[in-house]
Amino acid sequence: MKVALMVTCVNDAMFPDTGKAVVRLLRRLGVDVEFPDGQTCCAQPMVNTGYLDEAVPVVRNYVDAFAGYDAVVTPSGSCAGSARHQHGLVARRSGDPAMERAVAAAPPTYELTEFLVDVLGVTDVGAYFPHRVTYHPTCHSLRMLGVGDRPRQLLENVRGLRLAELPGAAECCGFGGTFAVKNAETSVAMGSDKARHVRETGAEVLVAGDNSCLMHIGGLLSRQQAGVRVMHLAEVLAATEDDAEQVPTEQPADLAAQQSAGRTDAIQHGLEQGATS
Amino acid sequence: MSATFVGMPPFPTAARQALADTQLRHNLAHATGTIRAKRAKVVGEVEHWEDLRLAGAAVKARALADLETNLVRLEESLTAQGATVHWARDAAEACEVVARVARSHDVDEVVKVKSMATQEIELNEALQAQGIAAWETDLAELIVQLGDDLPSHILVPAIHRNRAEIREIFRSKMSAAGKPAPDDLTDEPAVLAGAARQHLREKFLRAKVAVSGANFAVAETGTLVVVESEGNGRMCLTLPEVLISVVGIEKVVPTFAELDPLLRLLPRSSTGERMNPYTSMWTGVTPGDGPQEVHVVLVDNGRTRALADEVGRQALRCIRCSACLNVCPVYERTGGHAYGSVYPGPIGAILNPLMRGQGDPQVDSLPYASSLCGACFEVCPVRIDIPEVLVHLRSKVVDAHREDRVPKAEAVAMKGTAWAFTDARRLAAGERLSGLAGRVLTRVGKARLPGGRATAGRLPGPGAAWTGARDLPAPPRESFRAWWRRTDGGRAEGPEQSEQKGGE
Ligand code: SF4
Repeated sequence: MKVALMVTCVNDAMFPDTGKAVVRLLRRLGVDVEFPDGQTCCAQPMVNTGYLDEAVPVVRNYVDAFAGYDAVVTPSGSCAGSARHQHGLVARRSGDPAMERAVAAAPPTYELTEFLVDVLGVTDVGAYFPHRVTYHPTCHSLRMLGVGDRPRQLLENVRGLRLAELPGAAECCGFGGTFAVKNAETSVAMGSDKARHVRETGAEVLVAGDNSCLMHIGGLLSRQQAGVRVMHLAEVLAATEDDAEQVPTEQPADLAAQQSAGRTDAIQHGLEQGATS
Repeated sequence: MSATFVGMPPFPTAARQALADTQLRHNLAHATGTIRAKRAKVVGEVEHWEDLRLAGAAVKARALADLETNLVRLEESLTAQGATVHWARDAAEACEVVARVARSHDVDEVVKVKSMATQEIELNEALQAQGIAAWETDLAELIVQLGDDLPSHILVPAIHRNRAEIREIFRSKMSAAGKPAPDDLTDEPAVLAGAARQHLREKFLRAKVAVSGANFAVAETGTLVVVESEGNGRMCLTLPEVLISVVGIEKVVPTFAELDPLLRLLPRSSTGERMNPYTSMWTGVTPGDGPQEVHVVLVDNGRTRALADEVGRQALRCIRCSACLNVCPVYERTGGHAYGSVYPGPIGAILNPLMRGQGDPQVDSLPYASSLCGACFEVCPVRIDIPEVLVHLRSKVVDAHREDRVPKAEAVAMKGTAWAFTDARRLAAGERLSGLAGRVLTRVGKARLPGGRATAGRLPGPGAAWTGARDLPAPPRESFRAWWRRTDGGRAEGPEQSEQKGGE
């Protein structure tokens, strides 16, 4: 089986460690994953903002980049959803029957946990991650793809990991692509509630399958000096005993010093009022 | 009754004001949370809920697929049963029909059953301008009307009010509208409902003309259906001599039997009840029983425009249950007024643009008032794919601006991004630049994210919308793409260069 990694534009430019983790994880499981370097983006930013004409060449590029593979795997529920649910729409917009056919014939794009559980048939990937973790099931994984409890099965098999239940887990974090800046105040109001739920779990690490959502929730947690870090699910699943000592378990001292309950609460209060600067 | 949605600012501005209202935030979180849980419980009891949804969606889709035939049939059935049918192209025509009928009976007041269609056409204001008072008899509508307020929810228009506020409205406003509130009024729900009952009773008994909407209109029989909880509707539909029903043309259902799935879906989705307390059905005039003069005003007011939109027409399946509002994380925080329409929440964000078209900045802002989380689609009893329609309507907004002489900054940015994303070499060049910025930020910046990675600090310009409340990681020194090329996909890996490990 020829498997291609679709790393996503956000991970490529901002979170390369997630891509590296997928590579390490899949190789450990015997999959010689390749990175077709013609790839760029799934076109979701254009489609979801309404720029369908602009999305046409980006989808063409996607189809060309992954032609000839048997499967495409991506560490993003959102981008997998875009490939599966929006590329057809963009192809129709192009008015080019050849493009419609090419999109229909493209290899399937799997979100990472779907690929692991459904295609490879594994739920224990041999990971070791000795931390208290909570998991946010991002909207597109949950509702657009329906990944169900696959991420949970995988996390429960990670040795050393203690999984804390996230209250209101299914509720959106408020990222929403350009929504995060077009409606920044509402986005932050939603994210503040999500961050509050995360803090209530007492977890040290918030894990999710989409770095864009984590960038949003993590950005709030960081501004609140909440002492919770965010991490992509792929990085947790890639971790083994060998690199356990490399995983930072403490915050830098200067952050810990700033972090007093009073200050955190004051900032949190400010955020909930929608004050964003 | 001067409150109006006319002149509301676009959603982000209106939302900003609403988000700062702590009382509103508290009332809404409590109310939507409660009803959400109730709905989930009673929907969970139905074994084949998904089949029921499919059946309900199919009934409405059938009705809409042949709308003209069904409407003509409805008119024939109604006329045969002694009702008078009026057609209204828009709000003004519909209001004029109602006013004309009321004037012909020489009345200066009408009683009203809660109805979204009459809210939409602003009937109360139109009648008032002709010297006719329209009294709302639904408890929540009464609260809104007495408070000179605007509705903020389809089912519970006063959801933004709590009991203390309602008591205050009753105490200060009831006397000017009729029977005053009792002196010992408390904010106990039962006491408040009792005061409303006393206040409304004299209106029910006095009114000669009633105005209603309809949840469904059966083409086959000419039967109109109103579903409600309080019984005020039943009073209005049976006591007065004249009944005028204002019905959107999308309310038609081909046959009586097809009401079945819809009447089962609606109460569980709407109030979270297994069955609604009152279902009233009437078929034209029944001699000696109920209103002896029955009018039905069939209103378009933008519905045929929505029907012409191939993706958007599914919105006309809506049965106004409001489940999508109750589950919407945006609505929960901004409330309904921010949407600037009697149709707020996810359904409002698609229905208003579909019925009114593009061009008004307020309406154009609505398809963007969503994070596309999909919770609305999941609960919608008639399976309206609201996220799909939102994205489609965003493209209509963008397309409407394609000929602008000065393109918006966003359009320029999107075109630039798409240009970079069309060729991986262009993207790689951009990433090299951001990597450079990342190296600088990582070296000079002091701020660190939890876990140790450097932050980009506070950004100027449009970036400030992000960094106002959220930290942003500094770009990594090396993109994934560059790492893959340098190390042959990690096979020729030098020392690991993880961003999470912080500084150099
Ligand atoms: S769109 Fe669906 S969920 Fe929303 S009010 Fe209409 S029927 Fe109910």
